[in-house]
This record gives sequence, C-alpha cells and structure tokens, in this order.
Amino acid sequence: MKIGGKPVDGWTSVALLLTAGYLFMVVWPLITVLISSVTNADGFSLDGFATFFSSRLYYGTLFNSIVVTVCVTVLTFIIAFPLAYFMTMFRIPGNRTIQVLILASMMSPPFIGAYSWILLLGNNGLITRWLKDIGLEVPSIYGFAGIVLVLTLQLVPLIFTYLMGAWRTIDVSLLEAAESMGMTGWRRALKVIMPLLLPTVLGGSLLVFVRAFADFGTPMLIGQGYRTIPVLIYSSFIGEVSVDHSFAAAVAVIVIAVTLGVFLLQRYIVDRRTFAMTAMRAIEPTRLKGWKGWGVYAYVYGFLILALAPLVVVVISSFRNTLYGQFVEGFSFRNYVSAQRDIVRYITNTFSIGVTALVLLVIVAVLVSYLTVRRKSALTGALDTMTMVPYVVPGLIIGIALITAFSQPPLVLTGTFAVMVLALAIRRLPYAVRSTTALMYQFSPSIEEAAVSLGASKIRTLVQVIVPALAPGILSGAVLSWVTIITELSTTLFLYNTSTQTLSLGIYAQVIRGQLGTAAALSTILLLLTMLSLFLLMRMSGGGKEIRI
Amino acid sequence: MTTIALHALRKEYAGQVAIPDLNLEIADGEFFTLLGPSGCGKTTLLRMIAGFNSIEAGTISFDGTVINDRPASERNIGMVFQNYALFPQMTAAKNVGFGLQTRKIARAEAERRVGEALESVRMSHLKDRLPGQMSGGQQQRVALARALVIQPALLLMDEPLSNLDAKLRVEMRDTIRQAQRAAGITTVYVTHDQEEAMAVSDRIAVMNLGVVQQVGSPAEIYRHPANRFVAEFIGKTNILERDLVRQDGRTLVELSAGQRLDVTDLVGPSATGKVHISVRPEAVKAASSGLAAEVVDETFLGSHSQVRARLESGDIIEFLEFSRRSALWTQGDRVFLEVDTDQLTLFDAASGVSVMRGAGD
Ligand SMILES: Nc1ncnc2c1ncn2[C@@H]1O[C@H](COP(=O)(O)OP(=O)(O)O)[C@@H](O)[C@H]1O
Ligand SMILES: [Mg+2]
Repeated sequence: MKIGGKPVDGWTSVALLLTAGYLFMVVWPLITVLISSVTNADGFSLDGFATFFSSRLYYGTLFNSIVVTVCVTVLTFIIAFPLAYFMTMFRIPGNRTIQVLILASMMSPPFIGAYSWILLLGNNGLITRWLKDIGLEVPSIYGFAGIVLVLTLQLVPLIFTYLMGAWRTIDVSLLEAAESMGMTGWRRALKVIMPLLLPTVLGGSLLVFVRAFADFGTPMLIGQGYRTIPVLIYSSFIGEVSVDHSFAAAVAVIVIAVTLGVFLLQRYIVDRRTFAMTAMRAIEPTRLKGWKGWGVYAYVYGFLILALAPLVVVVISSFRNTLYGQFVEGFSFRNYVSAQRDIVRYITNTFSIGVTALVLLVIVAVLVSYLTVRRKSALTGALDTMTMVPYVVPGLIIGIALITAFSQPPLVLTGTFAVMVLALAIRRLPYAVRSTTALMYQFSPSIEEAAVSLGASKIRTLVQVIVPALAPGILSGAVLSWVTIITELSTTLFLYNTSTQTLSLGIYAQVIRGQLGTAAALSTILLLLTMLSLFLLMRMSGGGKEIRI
Repeated sequence: MTTIALHALRKEYAGQVAIPDLNLEIADGEFFTLLGPSGCGKTTLLRMIAGFNSIEAGTISFDGTVINDRPASERNIGMVFQNYALFPQMTAAKNVGFGLQTRKIARAEAERRVGEALESVRMSHLKDRLPGQMSGGQQQRVALARALVIQPALLLMDEPLSNLDAKLRVEMRDTIRQAQRAAGITTVYVTHDQEEAMAVSDRIAVMNLGVVQQVGSPAEIYRHPANRFVAEFIGKTNILERDLVRQDGRTLVELSAGQRLDVTDLVGPSATGKVHISVRPEAVKAASSGLAAEVVDETFLGSHSQVRARLESGDIIEFLEFSRRSALWTQGDRVFLEVDTDQLTLFDAASGVSVMRGAGD
C-alpha cells in the first residue's frame, strides 16, 4: 500500500498509536481544564476569570509569582555567569568535584531546600536561635525573601550546567582574537563571550523561569502570607474554603498562557541568534595569583557551601531527637525507627511507580524520537510538537488535568497506580524526547540501512541495532529522568492516596503535619537515593560530560 | 547471479525531478559503475535499486522479475556505505555475522563463513575489535566482508573509498575488485572519481543531471565519448571550436591558419556547421613541422612535463612531453605540434553530441 509515494509500514501505525495515546492522555485532559475554565453549572461563563481579576487576593498572586520569577531568573544568571566563567577560565582546586557537587545540589529534591532553610533560619531555626543568643535579630526567612533565596540557590546550578556546556563550544582562538584587539578581562567576557552564549543563556533562563514560576513546594512551605499562583491553584482546587474547580481551571489557563508566552518569546529570540560553533581548541584554564585568586575561590566555594548547606542540614537533622514533631536536644536513630513502616511503604511505592514510569517514558521517548528524526512527516511533526506540551504546563496543572478528565466514568483513574505512572511519565516526556532526539540525530541513517539491507526487519533493526548503539546515551538520560521522577512533587499532589504515596509526597505530608523529624529522615533517604543514582550516572561511560536537565 | 534491468525509471524529491527517465541493463557478474559529478543522481539511483528510495515511475527488475515493491530487507543485497556504517556496539565478527543471523544460518556454518569472509579481506586478526577501535580502511574492509558474506544477489557500493586517504584508496580498490571477481557478484558501484571508475569497472555509465550520458567500457568512453560532457569529464582534453567545411565531396576542418585536416572518414555524412574538437593531450606531440605554436609555459613533473602552447588561432593546447630535453621551454619559444587525427573527437557545437562516424547516425 502506498500513500503519497511513500510505503506505509509498521512505523506509521506506531505513530498513529502514539498520537492517539497522546491526544487522549495529555491533550484531552488539558482541553477539559480549558472547558472547565469557561463553564459553570449553567453552561458558558467567564466567572472563573472574572473572580480572579476581581480581587487583589487573587490577581495579586499572579503579580507575586511574576516578581519572584523575574527576580530568580535574573539573580540565577547574575550568580551563575561568573561561576561558570571562573570555572572555565581559571584553575580552581577540585574543579571536577565542584562540578559534581553543584550538579548534586541541583538534582536534590526541590522542596528540601525550602524545608532546610526553615530549619536554619526559620522562627525556631539553628542560626536564628544562635543569633538571638548573642542578641541579634534576623530578618524573617518567610515570604518573598525566602522564596527567592531558595529558588535561586536551587536553580543557579541549572543555568550553570547550561553555560558550562556552551563554553566548551567556544574556540580559544576567538578569545585570542579579542585579546589581540586589546580586549581582555571583563570587557571581553561581556562583549565577546556573552553574545556567543546568548542562545544557551536564553534556553537556560527559560527553563529557570518555567521552573520558578511553576514551583509549588517552595512557596507553600516558606511563603506563608506571600502567596504565589501555584499555591492559589492548589488551595482553590483542594478547596480550603470552598471547592471551585472552574476558578482553579481559570487560574491554570492563565498560568499556561504566561509560560507559553515566555516560551514562544524565547524561541523567537533564539531562532534568530543561533551560531554554529565547534571548538578546535578548548579554553585552557589559567592559574590565578594573589587577592584575585582568593576572591575567585571565595566566590566559588562560597556558592558551593550555600548550595550544599540545605543538604547537610537535612541529614544532620534527621538524627536529632524530636518531641511532638519538633526538634529537641540529643541525637539518635529514633526518627528512622519510629517511622519505619511508613518509610518502607514510601520506598516501595517510589520504586514501583518510579520504575514503571521510567520504562514507559524511555520506550515512548525512543519511539517518538525515532519517528521524528527518521520518519519525518506531518503526523510525526505533530507528534513531536505534542510531546513538548508538558514543557510549558506546570506539574500541578498536569495533575489537575488528569483528575478533571479521568475522575468520572467511563475511566476513573484517580488514586490508582496507573494515574501516578502516567502523570510522572507525561511530566518528564518533553525532556526525555529531546535528549533522545539529539542522540538519534547523531546516529547515521546508513547504519540502519545497513541492517535493513542485511535482511533485518524493522523491529529487529530497532531492538538489535539502534537501541543498543544508543544505549549509553539512553541510559544516562534515563538516570536523570529517574532522579527527577523520584523528586517530583507537584504533578502527583492531587493524584495520590495512601497506597500510592511516594517518598517525596511523604516528606511533603510530614512537613505539613509538623512531623519535622520524620520529614528529615525521609529527605535523607531520598537524598541518598538521588546521590546513588547520580553516582551511577557518573560511573557510566559518557555520563557526566553533557548533563542537561 | 543476477541481471538487472532499469526501465523508464523516474525519481522526484517533493516534485523536484532528480532522475527524469533512465534505462540501463547490467549483466550478470558485471562490475558496473555509475560515474558523474556530485549531485547528478548516482546515490539516488543506487538507493532506488537498494529499495531505500521510492520510485515515481518505471521498473527495476532483477533477473526479469519486477521488484519495485519488494522491501529492501528482502532484496538480498549487500551494501557498502561511504561512512562504513558498521554497528558501533558489535565487534567485527558480530558485524559480519549479522546478516547470517537474520537469515537464520546455523551457528557453526555462520561462524565458518564469517571467518572466511574476514580472511578474504585480511581482517581475521581484528575480528574481536569494535568499529571505534579500527582505522577507516579496516572498517571498510569489515563492511565489505559483511556485505559479501551473505552471498547477495547484488552488491551495491556508494563511494566506499572517498573517506580513505590516497594510498589506502588504491589498495582498497584492488581488494574490492579481487573480492568481487572471486565471488562473481553483480556489482553496482558509485563514484565521482573517474580514475577510480576506470580502474575497477567492467562498464561505466556516465551520468549528468540525472541522465545517463554514455554506457561503455572504460576504454570506449575514453576513446569514443558520446558527447562533450563525457569527453571533458573523463580524463583531460582540449576543446577547439571550428567550422566544418565541405569541399569537393570532402569534409575539412581548419585547425590553424592554412592547416586543413581532412575528416571525411571520421565524421558522419550529415555532420555540418560549427563543431567542437576534443584533442586529448596524448594526441599532440612536438615535431619538426605541423601546427605553429608559441609556448606559454612548461611544468616539470618528473618523467614528463606538462606544456601549454598557444596556436596561431589563439587557442591554448595542453599536452605532455617526455623529459628528454636538457632545458625546459620558456614562454615565447616557438614549436610545431603534430596532431594524431585518429584520436580526435568532433562534437556538434550546439548540441555537444558526437558527430563521429558510427556515433548515433
Ligand atoms: N533526500 C533528498 N531530498 C531532496 N532532494 C534530494 C535528496 N537526496 C538527493 N536530492 C537531490 O537529488 C539530486 C541528486 O542527488 P544525489 O543522488 O545525492 O547525487 P550524487 O550521489 O550523484 O552526488 C541532487 O540535486 C540532490 O540535491
Ligand atoms: Mg552521492
């Protein structure tokens, strides 16, 4: 059979199947959110939007979110650029270790940052009490400042890794050319390097923006009176006062509109400024002497300490004694022992749900990237675009969409194992597809043709030739996906019940219930799991070199 | 053992015609080469034969059976790619064995054949290496063994030597030729390098803009090019533009002032008007009399040198001289050139088509 000159083969059916699945599982739920935002019991109505813009209590959260996000985006860049510049241009003792630790701090569960800064600087925090003892009053960590501090420290590593990757593509001769024209130091960094890195910076900044804008755990834990829009969505959907799904849906639509707008803007700018570069000679770091050297070291190590502090605090806290959830004198394993039944349940769920989601994710990502790279057509193009949808949709909203679409017959998924798996896989899919697609592009099509010419079927070619050849890349991508899956919170927040509660959901629940000791113990376990996974990644060939989140 | 027939074949890429209408017959066991400049459609045609490209019109037949709709994996072809296309995660032996595995050949038998195939390309000692640990030449040997071990009906090669350095290219060229002879497999070989094509081929199809210009043995297309494109693409040549003059039933052409050449027996009876004359360098030599010319320069190349001289008509002729003189000619030296009439080819100036006797009319 032929369509438009091209033979129809098994791959077309796979593309159709995936498209159908995506339409049903992702696009349709989002459409139900859209529908629910413009309807109430009586049919079409813009009440949800009207309510939102009627009260400062509501539209103020959008304003708050935008202020926080812009601050965080700008701050992360201001902090990360010198960091990457120093790490590339100068010889810094322990360079490799620093990079690994920065990566580790980025991959640590996002809300642990908020939680441990409360342990340090909160009303009853370690540093707060210590300063009080010597008679100093510290400004409150709660609210705007706390959110910005935590998110910035959390996201600097993200843009830092982007910058380090881009830096490797800059040929040293460009810098030498600038130097020969009398341009050195900071002027050169700003005039020559910065413009070359711009596409990367914008790409990274978009991610920072989307993450900061959509982050729920941090403002929920540390924001207190300073409410951001994800918190508003959460509380209006959960219905502390009254359940108003139409309102929550309207807010969700507004959030998607903002992230989509930023996404398109970034695309528009980057498309017009991409340079093709390959470094023949990479930049050789030089040794710094005197006060300049000390300044640079102080900056790098100082950041590292700030970034790692939350992790250290959590681990130590997990061994402190508690009474009614609050920390008291003394150290022991009690937090672990008393919560052992919960811990076992959380870990079991984390693995069963996480691994299933990961397998689904990897299979779909391999198929989609194969289709978009090797079987270019209108259908696969549409599929590729569709898989990018969750990129601009915050996790909380994916959760809401799945609930809205699958909470009434014929298909009731709420509270099931399946919906947890589905939500996590959907959330991570854009990233997985993009990294697998990059691999696929590097893979010569003639290798596939060689297999076919030797008589291999399509399935055999995929399973015996393509996947094994790409396995190292797919595997390291999978480890990264795994880490983000086990630390994900907001996507599954509406979807779990006690039988599907994972570690990160457990930590959240314990913090909210004021069980700080148990939360610290769970966080330590999650951290350990994350670090072990990252260690595995570093050991794998090719891993650690080009890690992109 | 396979004969191939391409009939009225047409290929379009999104409406753009790459090959308008192509006919070819390839004999059993023949080493057949598609030769032409980059972008002329060689790869396109090869991939149509392999089954990787769609066919917009016409037929491809193996042994008289139309195989247009047979999938690539069932055409029983061995293929050698420019970038080797070895499976990166498999050793040399595993690569070679892959095609046998898909054919469900028994293990012992497969092992024996893999061993023989690697032996035939002198790669037995590296059978456990991964492609990443082999040089380009070694990888291409493995790729050749992988294509031959399945005893394909047809061997297809797309510029297999172009990623290798000059010395390896010559060596590998001989390996390919020997292996093909030994196996007697019908082979379609693609290259843009005319010297390579001449060295390995039984017959060559010269292509340009998706159209076959001429098919013949290397000697035929060199000595009797069907048109000006072929004459200039294969080897070097000088082109002179002249008028054919009919006088007393004879056909004459004035090479230089007063030097008339009688070409009555060379050209077809209907030839007339402006022609382009292809004068191969080896058709010209310096002599004591002949066409008067003035040396432009002489480049010493060892056993011989390359001379450029200007005829009185203003045309520049390039030819080769054995290094027998003690001093090189310098600009302005006066020489006489003798032209071997048997080695000239005349083309119609407008169409570029040969007007030689027996070429077309
Ligand atoms: N996949 C393709 N899509 C569109 N045009 C193509 C494609 N492959 C080849 N072409 C065009 O077809 C013509 C012949 O290309 P090709 O067969 O690769 O030439 P050759 O191998 O002789 O260098 C060229 O004009 C080329 O641009
Ligand atoms: Mg080609």
